[in-house]
Amino acid sequence: MSADTPLSKERPNPAVDGSELIRFDRVVKRFGANTVLDELDFSVASGKHVTLIGPSGSGKTTILRLLMTLIKPDEGTIKVGGAYLTHEEKNGRLVPAGEKHVREVRKNIGMVFQQFNLFPNMKVLRNITEAPVTVLGLPKDEAEQRARDLLDLVGLGDKCDAYPTQLSGGQQQRVAIARALAMRPQVLLLDEVTSALDPELVAGVLDVLRDIAHTTDITMLCVTHEMNFARDISDQVLMFDAGRVIESGPPEKIFSDPEHERTREFLSAVL
Amino acid sequence: MSAGTHDTGSTDNWDWGAVADFMPHFWDGVLVTLQVLALGSLISFSLGLVWALAFRAPTRLVRWPVGLLTEFVRNTPLLVQLFFLFFVLPEWNIQFSAETTGTLAIGLHYSTYTAQVYRAGIDAVPVGQWEAAKALSLSYRRTWTAVILPQAVRRVVPALGNYVIAMLKDTPLLAGIGVLELLQRSRLEAAQTFQYTEALTVVGVAFILIAYPSSLLLRALERRLVR
Ligand SMILES: Nc1ncnc2c1ncn2[C@@H]1O[C@H](COP(=O)(O)OP(=O)(O)OP(=O)(O)O)[C@@H](O)[C@H]1O
Ligand SMILES: [Mg+2]
Repeated sequence: MSADTPLSKERPNPAVDGSELIRFDRVVKRFGANTVLDELDFSVASGKHVTLIGPSGSGKTTILRLLMTLIKPDEGTIKVGGAYLTHEEKNGRLVPAGEKHVREVRKNIGMVFQQFNLFPNMKVLRNITEAPVTVLGLPKDEAEQRARDLLDLVGLGDKCDAYPTQLSGGQQQRVAIARALAMRPQVLLLDEVTSALDPELVAGVLDVLRDIAHTTDITMLCVTHEMNFARDISDQVLMFDAGRVIESGPPEKIFSDPEHERTREFLSAVL
Repeated sequence: MSAGTHDTGSTDNWDWGAVADFMPHFWDGVLVTLQVLALGSLISFSLGLVWALAFRAPTRLVRWPVGLLTEFVRNTPLLVQLFFLFFVLPEWNIQFSAETTGTLAIGLHYSTYTAQVYRAGIDAVPVGQWEAAKALSLSYRRTWTAVILPQAVRRVVPALGNYVIAMLKDTPLLAGIGVLELLQRSRLEAAQTFQYTEALTVVGVAFILIAYPSSLLLRALERRLVR
């Protein structure tokens, strides 16, 4: 990994926006010989809802996992809220970030997983309060109040004392959304959050997300195969193929009048 | 060892009088065995956890020596370790009673087994739990204490319970360094009265009477913990 990139070599990103919150700059990610992301550039402006679409294996999950620092880029840099995510500036050079720095930047990011990943040993309320109390240092009663409000928001106000296993998949996923929001992140990452759900439970979760998208100013980066949902909430849709953005634009444009042949093929396969 | 050649009265018939005479000494032995078992379990449960965490330490400098030590202890006989501690510790000016030395040895020996149990339990926690903890920026410490270990320990209680029973059955080895645990105490008594049948039968029954409630207790605990 060329971690010691001098800052001076940093290239201007064509997609720069005054209020950009996330910026990928020439990010390369390989798994063995498989180059999944190939000098990927893209940025997400603050408060926007961006949906990533693209065929299976095109690298959508990889992008979210990079942002969550679950994996590291091989090359390039990622910035969140103006700060480097996996690098630190020291004496004008970029060096791999220490754990403390990474944690600090990552606090701005929340993630909801396909498999919910609630903590089964904790009741619903504690699932939501654990991080605000131990990471943000919120007083317990304040964290609990916040958790109750969020549970009301996702329609589960009566489930505080349930264990996750006592809930349906759709309910668990709504708790997971509340858990992520309790950290008041600037960005919410959503990776196919309804694809592990029984079909009849999907709508409930999507309604909650629509609600959040329309009533808060949280930035969303969303991978989904639910094209109607994407059309409803997105400000921008990015079409991925082979680790690159091949087309981007507002949903009306991408879904009804795509420029790129690959996009057309992909959409006709999923719609 | 045929008791009959020494004793004419009670070889063929069960002698309740002998049992009654023997009981006070028997209780002393039971007490020692229970003490060794309780403290030995405690040591093996906590030390095993330390080993299991060390197996996952971020640096090889910890993983390596701990892996080597536990492999070594696990693959040498408990009796050898007992003798080693009993005869070598005093040379380093560490003086423990035989019972303390025995308890430490058995706890150490079994900690290398419980370490494997914990390791399996930790490995069985889905990777999504680690990822969720990371996504919430939980500290290293909270990730272990609030998320991973509670789930891992729950899974391993039954396996740990089996080792308590195994440990109970190994306590007579402590006789090798002169600990008057249940079997040794009873054997010494019987050697004076030659009433081996009574003494050893009572000992056998006693082991069952300790083991069975212990396993019931563990099963109850398991039911409480496994959700
Ligand atoms: N941990 C890993 N080790 C090796 N290869 C990986 C790993 N994670 C992802 N890949 C590979 O990287 C490529 C992109 O994977 P990714 O999960 O990002 O795709 P995706 O766009 O999310 O696809 P899907 O729509 O199927 O979820 C795939 O070829 C995948 O096999
Ligand atoms: Mg994916």
